[in-house]
Amino acid sequence: MNDVTPAPRATEPVAAAAAPPRPSLSELFIAYALISLYGFGGVLAWSRRMMVEERRWLTPEQFNEAYALCSFLPGPNIVNFSVIFGSRVRGPLGGLVALVGLLGPPMVLIVIIGALYAHYGDLPALRRALIGVTAAAAGLIMSTVAKMALPLFRNRAVGGPVIALATFGAIGIAQWPLPIVLAVVLPISLALALVRR
Amino acid sequence: MKDLGGTLGTLAWFFALMSLFAIGGANSAVPEIHRFAVDVQHWMTDPQFSDIFGLAQLTPGPNVMVVTLIGYHVAGLAGALVATLAMCGPTCLLAFYVGRTFDRFRGASWQVALAGGLVPVTLGLTAASAVIVARAADDTWVAVGITVATALMTCWIRVNPLWIFAVAALLGLSGVV
Repeated sequence: MNDVTPAPRATEPVAAAAAPPRPSLSELFIAYALISLYGFGGVLAWSRRMMVEERRWLTPEQFNEAYALCSFLPGPNIVNFSVIFGSRVRGPLGGLVALVGLLGPPMVLIVIIGALYAHYGDLPALRRALIGVTAAAAGLIMSTVAKMALPLFRNRAVGGPVIALATFGAIGIAQWPLPIVLAVVLPISLALALVRR
Repeated sequence: MKDLGGTLGTLAWFFALMSLFAIGGANSAVPEIHRFAVDVQHWMTDPQFSDIFGLAQLTPGPNVMVVTLIGYHVAGLAGALVATLAMCGPTCLLAFYVGRTFDRFRGASWQVALAGGLVPVTLGLTAASAVIVARAADDTWVAVGITVATALMTCWIRVNPLWIFAVAALLGLSGVV
């Protein structure tokens, strides 16, 4: 494992075919502000929609890789994602701008809502609306995961899909404890990827 | 409200600590946040915590906004800011350096293997969380219908999900769900 091939410069991610457009600071800010303001029921679905489908800043594979890395880092994962993507395209300032775009607008919004709540107490109407939105949000996450899984299943190697399905079954259906599942599945998955290499 | 500086300090260290446990998303840390805020510090009652969690879900934005709202409840605007910064600051710095290291070795075989190994596990986990969220949300057949319809529509038609959410909110409001 000691081939230290001179890697391409970090600031220019290797793109498939056409070079992806490199967002400016204001484009970064706007994209992340939109992601956060659209993001009912979590921001994963919206960040994939924005990054991959609308702006085409990342290929589906690049998105999956960055998301996987962020999920295994401590901290909120899309928040990590914004920092990593922002700083990849526009340096440390880009990371900061993406972060402020993601956190700033919803913070203002939620403080206003929190203040209203403190005044008016409980919110049966809002809670009923939330039941509907939560059901829809669950569906949106499902279709997002399905789209994210496409590159994995198109790939000819069988290992990836098997690992993904096993992890899903163990946590989502059998509801086994996460640390134990990860302790079994992660080493196998890493080993498979290393062999495939 | 006792000593504000002390409260802000507690918010800062507690959420900085919690961020380290939030692997796979801010929601992983919610049970521990609940225990500390309700049982240890008595910042709020149990129903208040549920309301705050519900409000954070109702408001668009990353899941971490629940932390902002808890900070606001405990110590006003300063609390909101301190709690959010503590929850995101240290881990963002870590993400920044890890991301840079990762990009510097782009194409190196350990890096390709690491990414190739993490991606399928992450996809399985995210799919599982979708099912868990759906199971919690879908008590009625109408709710199941909304989940399935949303999944199919956002998969096959290029429709902005916001419209679907608006319809779902109206269905919820009208009491059909």
